[in-house]
Amino acid sequence: MLIELPCPIPYVPFMNHDNYPNDYIRGILNGVKTIALVGASQNPSRPSWIVTKYLLERGYDVIPINPGLAGTELLGKTVYASLKDVPGPIDMVEIFRNSEAAGPITDEALALDPLPKVLWMQLSVRNDEAAAKAEAKGLQVVMDRCPKIEFGRLSGEISWQGVNSRMISAKKPVLSGKGFQKLSLNRP
Amino acid sequence: MTDRLPSFNTLAIHAGAAPDAATGARATPIYQTTSFVFDDVDHAASLFGLQAFGNIYSRIGNPTCAVLEERVAALEGGTAALAVASGHAAEFLTFHTLLQPGDEFVAARKLYGGSINQFNHAYKNFGWNVVWADSDDPSSFEAAITPKTKAIFVESIANPGGVIVDLKAIAAIAKKHRIPFIVDNTMASPYLIRPFEHGADIIVHSATKFLGGHGNSVGGVIVDGGTFNFAGDDRYPMLSKPRPEYAGMVLGETFGNFGFAIACRVLGLRDLGPALSPFNAFLILNGIETLPLRMQRHSDNALAVAEHLQGHSKISWVSYPGLRSDRYHNLAQEYCPKGAGAVFTFGLKGGYEAGVKLVSNLKLFSHLANIGDTRSLVIHPASTTHRQLTDEQKTQAGAGPEVVRLSIGLEDTQDLIDDLNQALDAA
Repeated sequence: MLIELPCPIPYVPFMNHDNYPNDYIRGILNGVKTIALVGASQNPSRPSWIVTKYLLERGYDVIPINPGLAGTELLGKTVYASLKDVPGPIDMVEIFRNSEAAGPITDEALALDPLPKVLWMQLSVRNDEAAAKAEAKGLQVVMDRCPKIEFGRLSGEISWQGVNSRMISAKKPVLSGKGFQKLSLNRP
Repeated sequence: MTDRLPSFNTLAIHAGAAPDAATGARATPIYQTTSFVFDDVDHAASLFGLQAFGNIYSRIGNPTCAVLEERVAALEGGTAALAVASGHAAEFLTFHTLLQPGDEFVAARKLYGGSINQFNHAYKNFGWNVVWADSDDPSSFEAAITPKTKAIFVESIANPGGVIVDLKAIAAIAKKHRIPFIVDNTMASPYLIRPFEHGADIIVHSATKFLGGHGNSVGGVIVDGGTFNFAGDDRYPMLSKPRPEYAGMVLGETFGNFGFAIACRVLGLRDLGPALSPFNAFLILNGIETLPLRMQRHSDNALAVAEHLQGHSKISWVSYPGLRSDRYHNLAQEYCPKGAGAVFTFGLKGGYEAGVKLVSNLKLFSHLANIGDTRSLVIHPASTTHRQLTDEQKTQAGAGPEVVRLSIGLEDTQDLIDDLNQALDAA
């Protein structure tokens, strides 16, 4: 369920992964620039391709990861075989694989130097053991969420599709400055 | 910092709406336009490919209609909604998304007469076969399920007779057989009953009635509860199979727990076309702002009128679950403790003729085929809404020859009682 309930214990040491505060997600999406997307696809009907395109359009530097496509270009970006092949630091690792595969991918992410700031597992992907490892190393973790849906929800874009954003505000949504059909994440 | 979701009255006013991003207009603007300019060519391609959120053409989506959609989704506690041209369109697109030719669905026998007609006749052309079950006997739903059953359909409070359906019992059967449970929540509105809390997977509304509430706009809404996992379920190819319309996209996978609402929009509304006018959406939204106030008053007024009629010498019975003596009173206490809604039926000792005379004699009640207006309404179902049914079907649907249906409005109850008294005296 996407319906968000109040966080019952505000002082938990690690994030409650059943219920992320909006400010936590917004902080992550505002704070990261380089996103390595593990499980990238060249098929435009696949969710991972759609998310890659959406995040690129929103100004993120998305680095596609897929050993089968290594060396090719995807939406104008070079595909790498694995996280360790990526030149330069990665702010966020987004895992577009199943929950089991998220374990070893997390290990690869935690072997990077410098460490990424955020480990994000896609909608329907959840691996609490991997999450705990990442949190122990100081990473922020999000599981079972889609960054495109979260961006759409927090900006108000998703409301155009009749989706329950669970956001209420008497303030204007903010146009992103790139046309009329893109809204900014920083809605007051 | 926690994100407590606001409560019902607040959602009724605010959910889905915000000051207009371009102009700051505080009331929701009526975006009376067929189409929307693309930011650029790539943006257009993204929109058509369902890869970006946004507006293309008002048959598929419109910003005014979208506010209505999110408003109703929030009030029902669903993940997403789709506004359409009427309650019938809401039912049609729901079944179109779930059923293939040759499939079956189980429906409660006590329903709005228009829905009975739609299921019995119009759906036959699509090869969708209704199997009727007894609204009062959940086990009859289970008995009606076959391997071809793709949905179960009930009304939370059934039109016309004030029948309260045991949603939890039927939801348990639906869950056991992994079949989506559709609840038409028109008569209750989410103020009185929130079917997702009782196990519904999909809710449909005729927004024409209590959501709009002022008798001025026809409209319908489909709400996705996000509770039924369609992805990977071969029985529902619209959601689980690659769609040729969208380059092989699997909608139930791509859109997760709001995939059903998206499929209704991009496969149903896009290709079949029963779009809601933005102007109607605006009027319905205005109505929803006062939904909590109106539904309470509707229910309180209906109870007062029903209590009066119960003691009237020309009336043989009153069927209103708000009455202590009513057979559905216990279910009403369980499912809608705030009130049992505006609509109920009663039987005239004088039969069919007395029914026809009564509607002619009333001066304040309007004789018309609608419910859920600020005005009080009356109809004699046997000679109007249910006349196409056989006598047996009429009785089964709670619309026998002696039956009169009232939809109690927001007037002063003494004025309503006085009007009914004078009309009954003359009947």
